[in-house]
Amino acid sequence: MAKTISLYGSSIGQKIVSAFTGLFLCGFLVIHVSGNLLLFKNDGGVSFDHYAGALSSSVLIRSIEILLFAGFAIHIFWGIRGWIFNRRARPKNYAEYNPSESSSLFSRIMLLSGSIVLFFLVVHLKNFWVPIRFGAQDLSDYDLVRIAFQSPLYDFFYVFCLVLLAFHLRQGFQAAFQSVGLRSLWLKAINMVAIIFWLLIPAAFAAMPLYFLLAKGGR
Amino acid sequence: MHITLNIWRQKDRNSQGGLVTYELSDVTPDMSLLEALDLLNLGLVRTGVDAIAFDNDCREGICGTCCLQINGRPHGPLKGVAACQIYMRSFEDNATIIIEPFRAKAFPIVKDLVIDRSAFDRIIQAGGFISVKTGGAPDGNTLPISKHTLETAFDAAACIGCGACVAACKNASAMLFVAAKVAHLGRLPQGQPERKQRALGMVAQMDSEGFGACSNTYACQYECPKQISVDNIAFLNSEILRAKIF
Ligand code: HEM
Ligand code: SF4
Repeated sequence: MAKTISLYGSSIGQKIVSAFTGLFLCGFLVIHVSGNLLLFKNDGGVSFDHYAGALSSSVLIRSIEILLFAGFAIHIFWGIRGWIFNRRARPKNYAEYNPSESSSLFSRIMLLSGSIVLFFLVVHLKNFWVPIRFGAQDLSDYDLVRIAFQSPLYDFFYVFCLVLLAFHLRQGFQAAFQSVGLRSLWLKAINMVAIIFWLLIPAAFAAMPLYFLLAKGGR
Repeated sequence: MHITLNIWRQKDRNSQGGLVTYELSDVTPDMSLLEALDLLNLGLVRTGVDAIAFDNDCREGICGTCCLQINGRPHGPLKGVAACQIYMRSFEDNATIIIEPFRAKAFPIVKDLVIDRSAFDRIIQAGGFISVKTGGAPDGNTLPISKHTLETAFDAAACIGCGACVAACKNASAMLFVAAKVAHLGRLPQGQPERKQRALGMVAQMDSEGFGACSNTYACQYECPKQISVDNIAFLNSEILRAKIF
């Protein structure tokens, strides 16, 4: 009988799942960064509070939130599952192995960069999402962010993690198109749009703590 | 020239194996690396030591038999050539050269530097062919094939099945090899009837042989002696997507 594969169980299905969930998460980053740019508006946080309030009370956003959590869970689960699968394919390592000649560092540390992003995500949810979403606080949402970003240590951690997100997307964005078979068709466009994801978005996120720390002096 | 060789010696499939150091003088720069190994073996045999087993056949860079991991890279330091086309002038005098077999769960070591690559044969048997009788060579242009399709199919057909893509990949993935075969036949008219089953069958066999999955590092394309492009892997991915979903 002719052989076949299940899409999700096969080596290629694994890539396709990583790619679709990864691109979905990229879409989330666009929306997230656009809204948060309101932090830079010099109105004492009025617009930002309004925006954050609207988000946590919208039914639509809350439903999307569930999708988002599912997206993360699937991306992470498949990423780790794939990594383990791939490790098994070479039980004995070379005495001498020279991968830096033939591939980029970013492409080889996807699990590491992803894991740091995951750690960041947990801290980030605890610091911002839980208090804003469940509203157990007297501070305005803007003040919550402002005060958190006064800590240089926290800001350093924040920026460091964003650098790793940048690494993840430096490799990941174009890779996702390769995984679904479109990279060579749209190569030029993909490489251009990729700059938004691995450079501009992480830079915009990183500018937020630095803005409160340096430019606003915590005000 | 004088060189120091660190070579993987392993008695058989199940023994432990390890690197053994050999000093070799009287090497000339225009000797190929395989000829240097021949020279070393001559000396070993004369002193009653077992010759180092290594695979080779055409020594012209077209058969894909000479799979050696040389100084941490499949087929050695040059781009776009097989191990047999590495000449000693690529190394400095008194260089140390480390030679290991390609390492992958799906390529068990038979002896020393010789590996069992029959996994590739089984992948081909799982769909890497066309079953229609195509007769003799057709007259030119009787089958309309666009220039672009022709060129990309022909580039993919250049794969010699050496396994360097597996050796280079951090996941020991055979995706470039499988993709080259699927893209070669899947692009040509003769390959259309079995197109879907070919991609599914070959990937199923690849997975069951114990190769890893592609994680898009593109190391395979860099090390492939025939410079097969990873665009073929994108083609394979879309074949699977289409076969399973659309
Ligand atoms: C905002 C967060 C994230 C985004 C936008 C993102 C995006 C992406 C993209 C686009 C890919 C490429 C998929 C492909 O190669 O086809 C990818 C791969 C990967 N991601 Fe993420 N990711 C994120 C978070 C994470 C997290 C938290 C982990 C946790 C472990 C993770 C682990 C991985 C791994 C291991 C891969 C590589 C899969 C492979 O090499 O085959 N990612 N990611
Ligand atoms: S794709 Fe290249 S490296 Fe892989 S088997 Fe074919 S010729 Fe060798």
